[in-house]
Amino acid sequence: MSTATVEDLTEITAPKSFWNRQRRLGAALVIIGLIAAVVFGSLAESKTARFTLSEDAEGAALSINGQFGAILFGIVTIAAGGALLAGVAKRWQTWLLGLGIVTFVLSFLCWQVAGKFLPLVDTASGSLELALPLILGALAGVLCERSGVVNVAIEGQFLMGAFGAALVGTLATSVWAGLVSAVVGGVIIAAMLAWLAIRFLVDQVVVGIVLNLFALGVTGFLYERLMQPDALKYNSPPRLPEWRIPGLADIPVVGPVLFDTNLLVWLALILVFVIHFALRRTRWGLRTRAVGEHPTAADTVGIRVRGLRYMNVLLGGVVAGIGGAYFTLVSTSAFNKNMTAGAGFIALAALIFGRWTPFGALGAALFFGFAQKLANYLSAVGSPVPNQFLNMLPYIATIIAVAGLVGRVRAPAADGVPYVKS
Amino acid sequence: MTTETAPPAKKEEEEKRESFFSLFLQNLWSANTVTVTILSIFLALVIGAVLIVVSDSQVLSYFSYFTSRPSDALNASWDLISQAYGDLFKGAIFDPAAVQAWFDGTGTWQAAFGPISETLTYAAPLVFTGLSVAIAFRGGLFNIGGQGQAVIGCITGGVVGFAVGLPVGLHLLVALIAGFLGGALWGFLPGLLKARTGAHEVITTIMLNYIATLFLSWLILQNGVRDPERTDAISKTIESSAQLPALPSPLRVHLGIVLAVVATAVVAWLLNKSPFGFELRAVGVNPPAAKTAGMSVAKTYTLLMVIAGGLAGLGGAVQVLGTADKLTAQVAGNIGFDGLLVALLGRNKPWGTLLAAILYGALRAGGNLMQVDAGVSLELVTVLQALIVIFIAAPALVKAIFQLRAARSARLGATMAKGW
Repeated sequence: MSTATVEDLTEITAPKSFWNRQRRLGAALVIIGLIAAVVFGSLAESKTARFTLSEDAEGAALSINGQFGAILFGIVTIAAGGALLAGVAKRWQTWLLGLGIVTFVLSFLCWQVAGKFLPLVDTASGSLELALPLILGALAGVLCERSGVVNVAIEGQFLMGAFGAALVGTLATSVWAGLVSAVVGGVIIAAMLAWLAIRFLVDQVVVGIVLNLFALGVTGFLYERLMQPDALKYNSPPRLPEWRIPGLADIPVVGPVLFDTNLLVWLALILVFVIHFALRRTRWGLRTRAVGEHPTAADTVGIRVRGLRYMNVLLGGVVAGIGGAYFTLVSTSAFNKNMTAGAGFIALAALIFGRWTPFGALGAALFFGFAQKLANYLSAVGSPVPNQFLNMLPYIATIIAVAGLVGRVRAPAADGVPYVKS
Repeated sequence: MTTETAPPAKKEEEEKRESFFSLFLQNLWSANTVTVTILSIFLALVIGAVLIVVSDSQVLSYFSYFTSRPSDALNASWDLISQAYGDLFKGAIFDPAAVQAWFDGTGTWQAAFGPISETLTYAAPLVFTGLSVAIAFRGGLFNIGGQGQAVIGCITGGVVGFAVGLPVGLHLLVALIAGFLGGALWGFLPGLLKARTGAHEVITTIMLNYIATLFLSWLILQNGVRDPERTDAISKTIESSAQLPALPSPLRVHLGIVLAVVATAVVAWLLNKSPFGFELRAVGVNPPAAKTAGMSVAKTYTLLMVIAGGLAGLGGAVQVLGTADKLTAQVAGNIGFDGLLVALLGRNKPWGTLLAAILYGALRAGGNLMQVDAGVSLELVTVLQALIVIFIAAPALVKAIFQLRAARSARLGATMAKGW
């Protein structure tokens, strides 16, 4: 009790800082809003920016004068920041922050698209496709880390999944066999992670990093020994078919994006809902969270801490392996050395940026996918903004998130701490 | 886990001084550092051999009638493995044929020393990146950002190398310092964030790695950096005044390895003898206790990351000023991540890191010959490197496989385990 009084005293004597979190956010929004209105506005051409509702330049479009749009949306960003600075009620904070960021992006788009067009359907479906492995990888991370095992090996699970899908898919000439072996590939790395981290108590970040290198080496080695000399026999997997749901696919914009696509997209989106629900409402979810936050307490009430962790890490391997299948069965049709190129680490970033929750991970993955798609689009239309800088966005966003500049992210309390029964 | 590692280590050192030799004999088959390291390398080589065999369709075909005539399969496997590992040795240490030729007068001394030269060439940057990870580890920080820091070191060292005109000697010095400062800046950011906001350095350094790589791929396309006579993404060549002096061609070993040994000595002094080293070890073992003793944990973290980043940056500069002499998107290779493995293998001790870096350099140099001569992909070396560290990091696993006696010291507990 004595400590409580000390804390109370300090709280009374400490003067309340004017620059609380809300005001700092507001100031930041005002600054980027000014940049948007002044810099983007002055650089933008005074031509029509067309956002077409199709996959190309044809058809109906939302049009706005580029310069006008850049300045208008910039001013909205400033206004949102100003409201935060003025000190509105706390419940508006998230909404205003979201509004400010969205309008800033819109201002940027108006500047870039002025005199050109941006096909919305193509952008949306491209973003979703690029986000697909990130969603699955981040979900794998959610499964592992909510039960207290840090999973830095998502990249390695992707690579093994992609490799397994390509090899077995080709040998069996069946895309489904490929998908199953992608799962096996992901589970192999997950099993090594679980075994070394839970049984031998090795530092989980160390294991993760080393397993990534191991997967890179093994897949690269077998690629050069088997696939490169005889690509037709070992490395020409079939593609995952695209299915179109009649009726639903005719809805403008949303239809072609969500209902004329491959199985993995649906699987990923369904998994987000399932894992969200399971974590919150099922016995397994409650136990997982207990083990991830306070394993000793969980053990006391009779939960098998290590067993549950093994199971969750392996489940994560299943999900990440499916994510790996994306690389060889959906995006391209052959395995290549180090073809994931850091996607596993962006998935890790999405997991952290999404605050270790399924829906947060989905949102972060979509945002990162959008940034990548935009980078591709801008380099295709010859924008002055280098696409490398847009590709940095996920990483910068994650640093800002963990540094607590925009909201505080907190990992599960026992994340990365091995449990030793005493 | 962590708490029991520190105090017995000192005690054990004292015992060692008493009768090193008898202790050595006693510990030969117990789970001590040396035995576990050697057995880990052995295990990795065994698994590597299995990989070589299963990926060779010719040899696999012999296994189809293994039960009727096993000698075919075994002989073929043995030939393949011994050729591959023989090449690994010849490419890394010495080729008996070349040495024999040198003694007979038919070959040159360069050919005899070629493998060693290659090994040391590959080892030099790894020493720096390894030291970077090791020193951060001792202070309780896990610097995964060696790669990014090395990339920035490549950039700053390289840009000074071709953009600034300075006299011989001074130019090299300035370029190396620029490499150090570039890496130090890239280490300062996560250090500051850790100290001020508590952002976990593993996350921030992973992210900074990618930012550095993307920045490099952008930079080499810019006017003034890009070589105007080339169409591909490659920078101008570094002036000879800024390049690290090397032995006469075809030997490639350069001053970098000497600098690496000097750096190891400096880091060893810094860690074990300097007041800052004492502080950082104290912070590494127990931050709250260090704070109670009057040390500034935040300041130590920041300074530590600056030094660690600077070391990795030097590694990048040595890479670009020693062997690469141009900036490309891949100029830093994988030296940052390899540095991580090197530090783990060297058990986060400066001289151990130096030895581990030389071992990794040897694997890399030998891997080149293995790829050319035996047709076994260089990727096998990556697998071997990763496996060695997996076994090193899980001494309990090695102990169980070989039924080793328990070690006298608790130093071989699993490498520090902590969360985000």
